[in-house]
Order: sequence, then C-alpha cells, then structure tokens
Amino acid sequence: MSDDRVTPVLETRGCTVSYDLTHEALHPVDLSFEQGGTTALIGPSGCGKSTFLRCLNLMNREIPRCRVGGDILYHGENVNSTDVDTFELRKSIGMVFQQPTPFRKSIRENVLFAPKRHGVTDKAVLDELLETSLRRAAIWDEVKDKLSRSALALSGGQQQRLCIARTLAMRPDVVLLDEPCSALDPISTFSVEETIRDMAADGICVVIVTHNMEQAARVSDRTAFFYMGQMVECGPTERLFASPADSRLEDYLTGRFG
Amino acid sequence: MADVTSVPSQAVRAARHARRIAAQDRFATGVLTAIVGLVLAVLVAIVGYILVNGAGKLFDVSFLTSKPEQFRAGGGIGPELFNSFYLLVLTLVISVPVSLGAAVFLAEYAPDNAATTVAKTAIETLSSLPSIVVGLFGFLFFVLQCGWGFSILSGSLALTMFNIPILVRTIQQALEAVPRTQRDAGLALGLTKWETTIHVLLPAAMPAIVTGVVLSAGRVFGEAAALIYTAGQSAPALDFLNFDLTSASCPWNVFRPAETLAVHIWKINSEGVVPDLEAVSNGTAAVLMVCILAFNLLARWAGKAIARRLTAE
Repeated sequence: MSDDRVTPVLETRGCTVSYDLTHEALHPVDLSFEQGGTTALIGPSGCGKSTFLRCLNLMNREIPRCRVGGDILYHGENVNSTDVDTFELRKSIGMVFQQPTPFRKSIRENVLFAPKRHGVTDKAVLDELLETSLRRAAIWDEVKDKLSRSALALSGGQQQRLCIARTLAMRPDVVLLDEPCSALDPISTFSVEETIRDMAADGICVVIVTHNMEQAARVSDRTAFFYMGQMVECGPTERLFASPADSRLEDYLTGRFG
Repeated sequence: MADVTSVPSQAVRAARHARRIAAQDRFATGVLTAIVGLVLAVLVAIVGYILVNGAGKLFDVSFLTSKPEQFRAGGGIGPELFNSFYLLVLTLVISVPVSLGAAVFLAEYAPDNAATTVAKTAIETLSSLPSIVVGLFGFLFFVLQCGWGFSILSGSLALTMFNIPILVRTIQQALEAVPRTQRDAGLALGLTKWETTIHVLLPAAMPAIVTGVVLSAGRVFGEAAALIYTAGQSAPALDFLNFDLTSASCPWNVFRPAETLAVHIWKINSEGVVPDLEAVSNGTAAVLMVCILAFNLLARWAGKAIARRLTAE
C-alpha cells in the first residue's frame, strides 16, 4: 500500500453483523468506497448485502439485539463505537430505501424538513437548496408548481425521486441506496439511474444494493458479490461480469440460483 | 377418444360451477344487506324515537337555559348542558396529553421486556373496566380520600381514568400502524428518535388519532355511571357573571357538584318527582344525542383541518 493513496471516504475492516449474539448474519467484510465511485452490492435474497449497507450509516443500531462488529472507517475515523454521534454521521451519509418513504408533509417540507432541523434557517438558502435538490433528482419540472401539495399525491416513481432529493438536500458525501428501483416502472428507473450517475460525477460516493444485474452494469464501476452472509468477490464491474473468479458468482450470473 | 366424450361434460360441470358460485354470491350479498339493514333499522328506530319524543323540548330555549325544578313542572337543563361540556373539555385537556405521552412511550421507546408487556396488558384490562367500578373508585379516592367531595374535579378525574386506557390503546395502535420505513427514513436523515416521532410519525398517525379522540369524547360525553358518585347528582344554578372560583354558582369552580345530561336522565328516571318527568327525560335525551352528533361533526371537521395543516393534504 503506497502512502500517497487517497484515504477512502468509507471503509470497513472485519465488519460483522450478528443477532442475539449467536446468529452471525454477516461474516467479516473488508471493503472500501472511494469518492466519486459507484459500488453495486449484488447477490441472492438474504445474502447480507442490505444488512451490510445498513452498517455503513449505522442503521443496524436501530434494530434491537443486532450487533455490528469490526471497524467502519469514515474519512479514516472509526465510527462503529458508542461515542460517535449517529445523527451527525447520517447527515453526511444519506440513505434511500427500497419503498419510497415520503413523509406525510408537503413536497417542500419533505425536502427541507431535515435541513431545517439541522439548523438551516435562511429562507433564501432553503429555497435555493429546495430547487437544486429537486433538480439533481430530476423531479423539479414535475413538482415546481405544486411544492406545497402533499408528497403522498405523487406517483411511486416521483416519490422515490423526491426521497433522493431529500437525501441530497443534506449535502451528503456518501449516498446509500437499497434497491431504489425495485418498486419503480422502467421510465422512473431510467431517471433514477441517471441521477445516480450524476451524483457520482459530483463526487459523491455511491453504494447501491440491487437485484438487477443490468442495473449494476449500467450505474456502477465496481461490484461486490455477497453470498450467504459473505462478501465473496469484489472488483471492477466489467471484469466481474465478464470473467468471475469465484464459481458461486459464475453460477449466480448464469442464473443457476438466486 | 376418451377426451371427446369428456369435453362436453367438463363444459357442463364448469357451467354448473359458475351457476353455483353466482348463486352463492347473490345469497351472501343478500344476507349481508339484510344484516346492515337490520342494524340501520334499529339505529333509525332509536334515534327517531328519541328525537320525536324530545322534539318539543329540543327547540325550547327556556328548557335549554333554565335550571331544573325539584317538585314543579317546567324545569330546564341549563346547568346540566354546561356541566356536560365543561367536564368533557376538562377530561380531554387532562387525558389527551397524558395518553399521547404514554402511547408514544409504549409504541416507540418502551424496551421489549416483561415490564412493558405487563403495562400493555394492564392498559388493555383497564379499557374494559366497567365504568361504575371507575366511578366507585373515584368516589372512594377523589371524593372521600382526597376530600374533594362531589365535584367537577372528582368527576373529570374519574372520566380521565375511564378515558386514558382507551385513548392510549388507539393512539398506540395508530402509531404502530405507521410503516417501519417511515421511522428508518427519519433516522437516516440524521433526525433524532424524538424528532422522527414528533415530526414524522405523529403527523402520519394524526387522522387515526383524531378519530380515536373524537370517539372517546362521545363516550365521555354520554357517560353516567362513572359520574353518579363523583361529579354528583345535583346541579347548582349557575351565574355566568360570577367569577368567584369558590362560589357554588360560579360555572368555572371545579369544586362544585355538577350533574351532567346523562346523569340527569338517570336521576329523574330513578328518583324524580317532578310532574313533567317524562317530558324532561325525553327532552334531555334528545339534547344529549344532538350534542354528541354536533360535537362529533365539529370534531371531525376540526380534525380534518388540523390534519390538513400538518400534512398539506
């Protein structure tokens, strides 16, 4: 390892997850995530990819009896310790979920609610934040005339893009996406993928869990394959799909299971 | 060749099956309609009976405003009407915040352990407690032990005890019905658990909470058994210009006895001696019912308005 290597934004060393202190849901995972890179986490259902994703912003802490072991380094600092302020951390590490999760509030409030809670009060700044965030999530044109209407009146695809805008309004440097398109139609999926590529281009470190190989190929530059609670193989997406080293990944890619 | 003969018989079987399920469907629809019709008929009969019998008094302003008579005909229900609303408001002012706090704690904060299970079971048991038991407890504790006598305070605290378990349960269920993903979404934005609960979960659960509060308010307004031995069975004449909080005729004095509409119906029917007993009783019942109806409509409208403000819908 050379000294001039850039410190990864996010890195896990021996990251494990166990429930009830006995059942190990995730075996030690060593992965690092660079600025502006997009990593896809793939694997069959129940392989631990979402569990791993939820370690990265310490969301697993919210689950009773769930224990996360190992080191999770954010800008070189281990955040998997009890004295780290998870609320501060989650401002910089955003997360988008499988199902759209708009709050029962207006579109404007959905985007601006968290920044306001985190102390942004200047109206001009908030308005600017609202427009940029919605534009980056490619939904501004559709909602600009109904910002004070309920977010629940939007379609599923619009709701998901709103949730992405809401995450971007926090100006995060990492965005975690947990199968963000699995509930969306092809057109919404296309525009979400576009947004993901834009985020990476803006220097955000993107980690996306997906079931969809084509999606992984379209948006990611690196892919990690999980199987039965283990991170089996990780490498550049093209190389991984073209010539998998591990036979389990090859079986998965050729549709023999999962 | 066997197929050739079995094809028509299969078609016949399918047709017969289609006829049978269609008949079943018609039968079930008929039965359900009949049940709903029966329930509606009973409801209309009761409401109609009360309204028709009480109609004469319902629009009689002097009946609605004057004080009741002990021995002569022509008494009114003015104080009872006021007392019912005053007790309801006081009860809600105490029980809604307490229930909200308890429900938020149980739904969001309580650790999943034996103590929580016991608390939840206790609340469920309390919510099915007969109201006369609550009333007698209120009599022993608030009226006698605390020395507050038959008073609005004793009455509203008894009603609070009667109301809290039901409210806690409905609010808790409303909060628990909010999808888990809403909590996660709030926490993932770096909000604290408290911020997520107050600003995300409560607005999401608000319509169900408002409905729960309105329904419980209807029950409280019509409650008699819990009040007979706590708020008492007498209604001193009220003077709305009297602001001496120690005077029995001051409407706002919480230490004065306060018979409500429901208690009044019970009392004049069990021990009343006024000659126009039946008319007063019918009139009071009609007023009570119209009040509950009006109150529900108003609260629903207010609830919708609050929800709209909170949720931009």
